[in-house]
Amino acid sequence: MIDSFTLMIIVATIASGIRLATPFLLASLGEALGQRSGVLNLGVDGVMLIGAFGAYYAVLTTNNLFYGLVVGIGLGLLIGVFYSFITINLRAEQGVSGIGIYLFGLGMSDLLFQKLVGTPRPILPFMPLDIPFLSQLPILGEMLFQHSLIVYLAFGLVPIMSYVLKHTTYGLNVRAIGENPEAADSLGVSVLAVRYSTLIIGNGLAGLAGAALAIEMGIFQQNLTNAMGFIAIALVYFGAWSPKGVMIGSLVFGLVQAIVLQFKTFGIIPRSASDLAAMAPAIITILALVIVAKRFRQPAALTKPYVRGG
Amino acid sequence: MLASLGANPFSGYATMFKAAFGSLDGISNTSVKSIPLLLVGVGICIAFRANVVNIGGEGQMVMGALFATSLALALPGLPSLILIPLVLMAGAIGGAIWGGISGALKAYFNVSEILSTIMLNIVAVQFMNFLLRGPLIDPGELERGTRIPQTARLPESTDLPILLEGLRMHLGFVVALLVAIAAYFLLWRTSIGFRLRSVGHSREAARYAGISVQKNIVGALALSGAMAGIAGAILVFGSESHRMVTDGSSTGFTGSAGFNGIVVALLAGLHPLWSIPSAMLFGGMLVGANALQRAAQVPSALIIALNGLIVVFVVSSEYFRKRSLQAGRVDALETENVSEARGGGS
Repeated sequence: MIDSFTLMIIVATIASGIRLATPFLLASLGEALGQRSGVLNLGVDGVMLIGAFGAYYAVLTTNNLFYGLVVGIGLGLLIGVFYSFITINLRAEQGVSGIGIYLFGLGMSDLLFQKLVGTPRPILPFMPLDIPFLSQLPILGEMLFQHSLIVYLAFGLVPIMSYVLKHTTYGLNVRAIGENPEAADSLGVSVLAVRYSTLIIGNGLAGLAGAALAIEMGIFQQNLTNAMGFIAIALVYFGAWSPKGVMIGSLVFGLVQAIVLQFKTFGIIPRSASDLAAMAPAIITILALVIVAKRFRQPAALTKPYVRGG
Repeated sequence: MLASLGANPFSGYATMFKAAFGSLDGISNTSVKSIPLLLVGVGICIAFRANVVNIGGEGQMVMGALFATSLALALPGLPSLILIPLVLMAGAIGGAIWGGISGALKAYFNVSEILSTIMLNIVAVQFMNFLLRGPLIDPGELERGTRIPQTARLPESTDLPILLEGLRMHLGFVVALLVAIAAYFLLWRTSIGFRLRSVGHSREAARYAGISVQKNIVGALALSGAMAGIAGAILVFGSESHRMVTDGSSTGFTGSAGFNGIVVALLAGLHPLWSIPSAMLFGGMLVGANALQRAAQVPSALIIALNGLIVVFVVSSEYFRKRSLQAGRVDALETENVSEARGGGS
């Protein structure tokens, strides 16, 4: 039997893993939606940074977490409109224009931070929202039901998105356009409108992911996300484009991070080896990509701009 | 953009231009800044010509630098004439391996090179942190207990010779220029380049012509990585401290050259020789931005944001170019749009 101290640590690690998985989950759900409709968005990291800064600044000035989340989503939606225009109307190469958005977000968030804030000041973090009764359960209560609102929101989105993709006309249109836009277009589905909607929602979620990250950490700094947005993109492949798969991927990542952190605090592995441990997520992703590429097929129209009759 | 930051745009740009190109000293600093941009940019030209996207410049620079640094630390006794080419070669090999891995994953396992290069960036940075905090750390740092993650002072025979007395411009600039010219000849004057470009035009047609698509994808990413690797090595040996230092992130070492090189290559129309003025322009922007930060308190992060916008505008303007090509004539309205889209970036 494991003693109560070890149990406590395991519970705390899993709880923090779920918390750490949340920004990944939000961002990769958004990315998955865009990719299902056939558009790759490589700028997620930049959108997250802008959302994170916006949320941080809003909370810093208004002291209201709700405004922070709204600003984060709002900025994401705006970038979504812009990104839709350049990739759908102007048919810009998706991989490279995404990198442009990334660089823009990286520079812009840092620039605004230095101009408007200067020295980092902490903001108030999320308060955990205990679910009545369930949070009182032994072990499970602490692990699953004592999180902040945004965590429930992110995980709640998973079944909703699954349902929308599988069982609604909109979801069918999204999938059809990702596989064969010509056929969908010939049936009268507007490729333009559907792709605009998926990209705007997707970027909004990326902005929200950034906001969640900034508020969770209570701080903003240059390159706060540290390539999390790119990992979120890889998680979409990892999860084979399904919301459930994406969720499992995010949880694995969150847990790996939580375990590495826990090891560090207890000094189980030396400082230098923790750098090696930090490689684990990226290496796992590469291996997962190899497996996924063999067993699953990506949306057939991914990265291909749609030209009617072209 | 400058105006919105509360600085006079005209005097701002004048400050930038004067700092970057207004004096011999400025031009020398600009050239030094443009070295990694040019090398990475030329590598990007090669990869994109073969229709593979290389976003792994950051990681390839780091690996090249680590290979070169380790070799320099292992062989301190050799004279400069032998050691400098040797360590630059080591840099190229380090970068080529890192790029080649992504190439092999793409060619044989159908893993998107966009994703694998990004993941390998993360791996490379952590590997650098591990080596510079552990096996490669300056023994002096351990003795003093300061533990700054940096290597010992590299052998003086690896210092890149300064070209003009009193200026910072060093041999690395010449190396970068030679690589750009060599890349031009490789792409358009050799059969290797022909095969790379055929694969880039149409994988099907290339396969039909008996060209191995797989080998050329690996080759393109390895070559592209090799150039980034040389860039990483030059960053170390041409640095003022003559050591490799990490602040824990990749940008701390590369200054985002792995990404900015993409901008350089795109603006040069994916042409190695046009990359030379393009890299000088962006090098100048970096130097100018630092001057602007001192003069008008405009954070130099502005340049990164601007670069992002330039990428977006250059890629979007493809649309107008293609449309006017299709129409078979240059439509006045569309040309106007192109110049508008381009001009909007600056």
